[in-house]
Amino acid sequence: MAEASKSSDSNAKTMTIIVTKGSLDWAYPPFILATTAAAMNVDVTMFFTFYGLPLLLKKLNLQVTPLGNPGMKMPMMGMHMGLPNIVGAIPGVDAACSVMMKNLIKKKGVASIEELREAAIESDVKMIACQMTMDLFEYKLEDMIEGPELGGAATYMEKAIKSDLNLFI
Amino acid sequence: MANQLLDAKGLNCPLPILKAKKALKDVPPGGTLEVLATDPGSVADFQAFCRTTGNELIESTQAGDTYRFLIKRVN
Repeated sequence: MAEASKSSDSNAKTMTIIVTKGSLDWAYPPFILATTAAAMNVDVTMFFTFYGLPLLLKKLNLQVTPLGNPGMKMPMMGMHMGLPNIVGAIPGVDAACSVMMKNLIKKKGVASIEELREAAIESDVKMIACQMTMDLFEYKLEDMIEGPELGGAATYMEKAIKSDLNLFI
Repeated sequence: MANQLLDAKGLNCPLPILKAKKALKDVPPGGTLEVLATDPGSVADFQAFCRTTGNELIESTQAGDTYRFLIKRVN
């Protein structure tokens, strides 16, 4: 009874997240939800595919782009400013925006993706690396963090079918 | 007097919850954890966290910019 709400409990709620995007901004929702769900005793599985797969690399250098993203307005000089696409297309602008975003993240006490990923592993979030994407984009297992297992669509589906909640991000 | 104190001031979502979950592991069943936070979203989040995990939110107060939560570990 004392251990009734542990995530290993067979009555625990389960969630899966398909992680398909690997930019700095898009990396947040899956890791925030996975870690928070795990903290709330949900058994979580993350499936990393396509551009989401590099989020499992040991060394992350995530970038954000204002290109084609009119919703991206950064707080600046007391207002919110976006960048026209033609400015965003200039080499170096993505890098500058990424640095600005990371500074903002730090200043506001928001966790880094590395921290959230570490927290996910610590709280037993299961991670599946898409084998097809590994082959397609020529990623090597030795460049990835320890922990994720390799699998494909069927491996994911087996989890998803039995899961209470399935998200595609 | 709470069994454990967690200072989550300056941290943003979801860090106060993640750290509270971790800290609760060191609290004996029936014991309490006191959390200090500055994230205004933590007020709703600690209520939801406690309702979902079955722990008891005994107190939720605010003093200036700081929110204080007292959580009783139920299981």
